[in-house]
Amino acid sequence: MRHRRKMQDQPPLLHASGISKFFPGAVALDEVELKLYPGEVHALLGENGAGKSTLIKCLTGAYRRDGGVIRLAGEEVDPKSTADAQGLGIGTVYQEVNLLPNLTVAENLYMGRQPTRLGLVNRRAMNRAAAEVLEGYGLHIDPGEPLTSFSVAVQQVVAIARAVALSGKVLILDEPTASLDRDEVDLLFGVIRQLKERGLSIVFITHFLDQVFEISDRATVLRNGRVVGERLLAEVSQHDIITLMLGRQLEARVAEKKGGKPGELLLQVNDLAKRGMIEPFSLNLHRGEVVGLAGLLGSGRTETANLLFGAVQADQGKLLLEGRETRITNPREAIAHRFALCPEDRKTDGIVGDLSVRDNIILALQARQGWMRPIPRSKVNEIAEHYVKALDIRLASLDMPIRLLSGGNQQKALLARWLATEPEFLILDEPTRGIDVGAHAEIIALIERLRENGMALLVASSELEELVAYSTRVVVLRDRRQVRELTGDEITADNIVHAIADEQKGAA
Amino acid sequence: MIRSTHLPLMVTLATFVLAYALCASQYPAMLSTRVVANLLTDNAFLGIVAVGMTFVILSGGIDLSVGSVIAFTGVFLAVILRDTSIHPLAAFALVLALTTGFGAAMGATIHYLEMPPFIVTLAGMFLARGAAYVLSTDSVPITHEFYDTLQDIYYKAPGGGRFRLIGGLMLLTFIAGALIAHRTRFGQNVYALGGGAQTARLMGVPLASTTVGIYAISGGLAGLAGIVFSLYTSAGYSLATVGVELDAIAAVVIGGTLLSGGYGFVAGTFFGILIMGLIQTYIVFDGTLSSWWTKIVIGALLFAFILLQKGLTWATTTRRKRATGSAQPS
Repeated sequence: MRHRRKMQDQPPLLHASGISKFFPGAVALDEVELKLYPGEVHALLGENGAGKSTLIKCLTGAYRRDGGVIRLAGEEVDPKSTADAQGLGIGTVYQEVNLLPNLTVAENLYMGRQPTRLGLVNRRAMNRAAAEVLEGYGLHIDPGEPLTSFSVAVQQVVAIARAVALSGKVLILDEPTASLDRDEVDLLFGVIRQLKERGLSIVFITHFLDQVFEISDRATVLRNGRVVGERLLAEVSQHDIITLMLGRQLEARVAEKKGGKPGELLLQVNDLAKRGMIEPFSLNLHRGEVVGLAGLLGSGRTETANLLFGAVQADQGKLLLEGRETRITNPREAIAHRFALCPEDRKTDGIVGDLSVRDNIILALQARQGWMRPIPRSKVNEIAEHYVKALDIRLASLDMPIRLLSGGNQQKALLARWLATEPEFLILDEPTRGIDVGAHAEIIALIERLRENGMALLVASSELEELVAYSTRVVVLRDRRQVRELTGDEITADNIVHAIADEQKGAA
Repeated sequence: MIRSTHLPLMVTLATFVLAYALCASQYPAMLSTRVVANLLTDNAFLGIVAVGMTFVILSGGIDLSVGSVIAFTGVFLAVILRDTSIHPLAAFALVLALTTGFGAAMGATIHYLEMPPFIVTLAGMFLARGAAYVLSTDSVPITHEFYDTLQDIYYKAPGGGRFRLIGGLMLLTFIAGALIAHRTRFGQNVYALGGGAQTARLMGVPLASTTVGIYAISGGLAGLAGIVFSLYTSAGYSLATVGVELDAIAAVVIGGTLLSGGYGFVAGTFFGILIMGLIQTYIVFDGTLSSWWTKIVIGALLFAFILLQKGLTWATTTRRKRATGSAQPS
């Protein structure tokens, strides 16, 4: 408590007030205030599209703000570029490591400020200095090695080391833990605590509320471009924060099974397998049914989804569609049979970043029709507008490149792409990965709705609570094998965990 | 330990050594200092322009204008030395300033108007070629005593090989180019740009000055290559050096630089030039082969190097995948 009071007494290290930013047709930030005290970890929270990224970009000069004042240690500053912000003391580390894959660790660490002798870069001194700096962070690696020979977590620490060395006052971490496993998160949090001790102000942006409470002292919550609250985390609960973020009480998700019996049998999978990828897999899927695929990372969830969609060819087993044996050797055939797959990694397997939202939505339908028969423009608009409305995709215009949308909205646009093909069998691989609580709830509601309309769904997810909420059956995978099927009242998070763990014991 | 980024350079070096050994075993005369000296002299202008091209390609760009710039430089020098009494050194300075400025202007266009280098330098190619035609459509001989003086500077090695000034100039350009690329902050910025412009910008790399600098270097070196070419041929001709930009690109790629940017070495380009020169020399020695075989062999070599690069990229990505895969708990 004493520590915290001390923090309060000091003037903020960074004080941004009245920050506004307008985009054509939208107010992205409306008079936002952010106060960072020295030696604190400050979480910046909000739904997708709430304005977190925009605020960060305004603070670091990546965007020109349209109004407001930024004070750093009492002095007014006006960063015009990220380099400018770095020079002032504000450094940023992004989710996708923003270092250069073609250079060594040391070259990345010292880019732009390489030690020189007689005008020439002194590589030996640079490698030595880099090794010392990284050892300070607990990394014992050879900085003369290419960056890409190390794991993402190590690259992340290198990025932090670079940002701290350049800036040393304010460190902004934009979803640094999104692609890390637990051990790597611990490594990163160790580094963050160490920097906190040194008196840096750290802004922490993440979707994981548990991590927020684990590492942060204070949180500012944004909603629709406005600050809706600043809280000391020791004084509030997760529920309070979620309420602030969503602006409404999150209805407790009860695993209440909606009425309506499953419809007729759509798909029978008999011992479908691919050597080295997935052991024989069997499943009967009815219309109006959601089958959840549960399992640990690497248990074969994604592989199963790809196998059913023809993205991977089975080397044994049979697939019966409405009782008729059907061979699906590639995704085009799957699409022709009214299958659809929303892949796990939307950045690389899903969206086409530079194409407009409209074109992204129409892509799969047009592909099924064949390029020789273009869908008329008016029809395209009609379809795109229909799904934007139906799925509540928030955008300034259908013409904007899809990469400018927030993660949750990208995911919804991807769903729209496949829904536009009016599939009978929809496969979703991690539909809620990397999107926030609000979008979560909407996607879950959408899955319910699709099921009620008689679609057959297969949903792979690592979020057990979610699986429990929408699945009528859950298939548990373990080590690329189908180990258990849960139905009805059996479907609880506990039972799924047990199914995974029991098998583990059995195997040991 | 040999790092995978060095592998293409090693392959280039091995190719050169192997090719030279092969040539020498068939024609021992190819080991003579005469052949070595001619290899340097004949390829001097191409080598100089290829150094500039290495910078451009390392940054992920392309410069199609250099062949035309060489021709323009030659015609410009010939015409100005014919029509005025200006000293060649002053003319050199003038033409270098012109071509460097021309390159810088293309770099600025590429950066500020966010135009693809291919289109901008294609326009530059037509502009420079057109300017050369406007100056003169005929081959203009250069007869200036200072040119004779420069052409008479050589080191006569035992064995009769004459190492001329222009060959030395190429070597100096390669040394300077290697120093700038690998040992200066500017050079590091060039690699950063090739590794990813967006990331480089976020890391605070000055994209504008780097891009302008890269194309200024390429333009300036094309000017220098033009001077060297005029010394080599004692004339300026607007139809000369058509397609030299493509030879330069070929030398850079055979030298192990990744065409998409970010990976490569200036020294590799040097060996790329030597390999191409060696093929030509071999055909001269053979005497029965059509000189167009040079193009065929260079084409085949290019193809082989592109395959090698693809293979390397593939190998590194799968190795990485395996590495991250094993890091997961199973």
